[in-house]
Amino acid sequence: MTDVRDGVPDAPATGGAPEGSLVAELAALDGVPVAYFRGDEVLFPARERYLAAAVALKGAGFAMCSDLCAVDYLAHMDRPLPDGVAAERFEVVVNLLSLERRRRVRLRVQVPEDDASVPTLFRCYPGSENMEREAFDLFGICFTDHPDLTRILMPQDWEGHPLRKDYGTGRVPVQFKDAPGPR
Amino acid sequence: MSDEQERGSAAGAVASQWAELDPAGRPRDERPPEHGRGGAPGAHDETAGAGGDLRTHFDVLFEQETGEGDQELGPLAETDAVELLIERGAVLRVPEDRALDPTLDPELDASSFGEGETMIINLGPQHPSTHGVLRVMLELEGETVLRSKPVIGYLHTGMEKTAEELTYVQGATNVTRMDYLSPLNNEICWCLAVEKLLDVEMPPRATWIRMLMSELNRISSHVMWAATNGMDLASTTMMIFGFREREMVLSFFEKTTGLRMNHNYVRPGGVAADLPDGWEDDVSVIVETIATRLDEYDELLTGQPIFRERTEGVGVIGPELALAMSATGPILRAAGVAWDLRRAMPYLAYDEVDFDVIVGTVGDTFDRYAVRLNEIRESIRIVRQILEKMPSGDYRVQDKKITPPPRARIDESMEALIHHFKLYTRGFEPPVGEIYSAIESPRGELGCYLVSDGSNKPYRMHWRGPSFVNLQSVPALLHGSLLADTVAILSSVDPVLGEVDR
Repeated sequence: MTDVRDGVPDAPATGGAPEGSLVAELAALDGVPVAYFRGDEVLFPARERYLAAAVALKGAGFAMCSDLCAVDYLAHMDRPLPDGVAAERFEVVVNLLSLERRRRVRLRVQVPEDDASVPTLFRCYPGSENMEREAFDLFGICFTDHPDLTRILMPQDWEGHPLRKDYGTGRVPVQFKDAPGPR
Repeated sequence: MSDEQERGSAAGAVASQWAELDPAGRPRDERPPEHGRGGAPGAHDETAGAGGDLRTHFDVLFEQETGEGDQELGPLAETDAVELLIERGAVLRVPEDRALDPTLDPELDASSFGEGETMIINLGPQHPSTHGVLRVMLELEGETVLRSKPVIGYLHTGMEKTAEELTYVQGATNVTRMDYLSPLNNEICWCLAVEKLLDVEMPPRATWIRMLMSELNRISSHVMWAATNGMDLASTTMMIFGFREREMVLSFFEKTTGLRMNHNYVRPGGVAADLPDGWEDDVSVIVETIATRLDEYDELLTGQPIFRERTEGVGVIGPELALAMSATGPILRAAGVAWDLRRAMPYLAYDEVDFDVIVGTVGDTFDRYAVRLNEIRESIRIVRQILEKMPSGDYRVQDKKITPPPRARIDESMEALIHHFKLYTRGFEPPVGEIYSAIESPRGELGCYLVSDGSNKPYRMHWRGPSFVNLQSVPALLHGSLLADTVAILSSVDPVLGEVDR
């Protein structure tokens, strides 16, 4: 089994910061809700504090942004979240990796539907560039100040964001460039 | 009349129509619409003659068919400063303390980049050295690459969306098709993620079988890479050698799993079947043969002056830049960072076997070659230990909610039949939650982010493909290199486009 529990204590799914947690260690993360599931440490910074949290974590040795993706929770709004986190439709999920500590931490940022935008991580993690473009392409989440926010997997003239839960699939059986009807 | 003739005359007719309309220069509104700022604007030469019109027509047609607008490498004057930094692979020039400041760095001025005659050309998507349908746009000044940008998505089939429609049992058949050169590693990554969500413990034999298959797959993937890399550097002998060795491993996979690729052998809860009788002999023959053949590779390439000249000092990336670009696998290790998930965050039973993490010193194309070649040796070392230590026992967990009952039980037990039917129609339902699980694939960190809403299908599955992320380093690697070296550098990144586009 995968075990990434290095130094991360088991704790109830919600609650304050236990010993050894990053929230207790870094002032910039003070008061950020935290949860543990299967040994993964998950932080829930508010959208306004997301960039500051990422910069603080980078300063604390989390040198690599190993993954960034988005989730559309339209059909699963009642998901369990720690106290103090209001569920929104979208979430941007960032996996940071510290090579020195051999430890991962995950940030989950709530992104409301009517203003689907978060600041880009490009300036502290340049490696997030492609992943943010992918999240923009497939979910329509804007990463403000991203240097090159264009579609990456879908064609340039594609309409809609295919991984959203309300994206109609299967209406056009084969989607060629000049296929008739709506996409 | 053959197809080609037909097409040719049809295109000629269209071109002459255009020539009749306005031979000197068509008004803009009569032209086929352009989207974005795709292609080079100079291609629509207003003063072109009749022959030029034909060419223009094809250019326009080409743009309509394949132009990706803003996704492409734009003209220098229309590119803003930060984007220029990416395309020139100099992202580290953005100081960290400015990370919170969204205003651009004043010293990053577009006019300070690139003087003189430059040309933007396409490499790919239909090019043998791009290993699939990778398209790299290059801005050249003479023969030197100034800027570059990979344009991807030609193989995108929405596999993450597909995963939301498949049960956890079926999911392995989906992910195995992504990185088609290391399908078993994909399956292992998927199964470890599902098992982490379920919180089940594997029997030791299942873990060790997985480790054996993972290492054999690493060998076959690296050998295959050596073959195509040799081909890119004009060593066809290496091409034949690599495929010959890979075939040995694939024959063993076929014997064990029934298929050469896309096995669906590793499944949540264990593996589909036990190893075949006499597997020890097969595996020892494979590793002993490949071990001696690796010395032949050394003779053929490692010490060869032409090969060294084409790879040494070409496409250099330093550890800071590699880390900042989230590069993993041989690219990161060749840059001198000893980061291997098998060692750093052991999964399966990698903490019980002895192996070295291979690192380079310079971070050039030769280092990436050397790292991969020696990783094959380390994999052989691991496989030899697995041959000695393989435990006996179950090859899958004895939980009838997760793995099917043995075939013979179905004939005699009603309960077994029900379990079998339920598993293959509905599958199992993991608890609500979300996890990220990663393994070291031959190309780097292969991660799976799974969100479960308590139903029998994943609510969201995200695949962290190492090829997709590693492709970001390409502009940094290519900047300042020669066009002829581009092929060697792209090959050394080892992207698998099935995984890039998913």
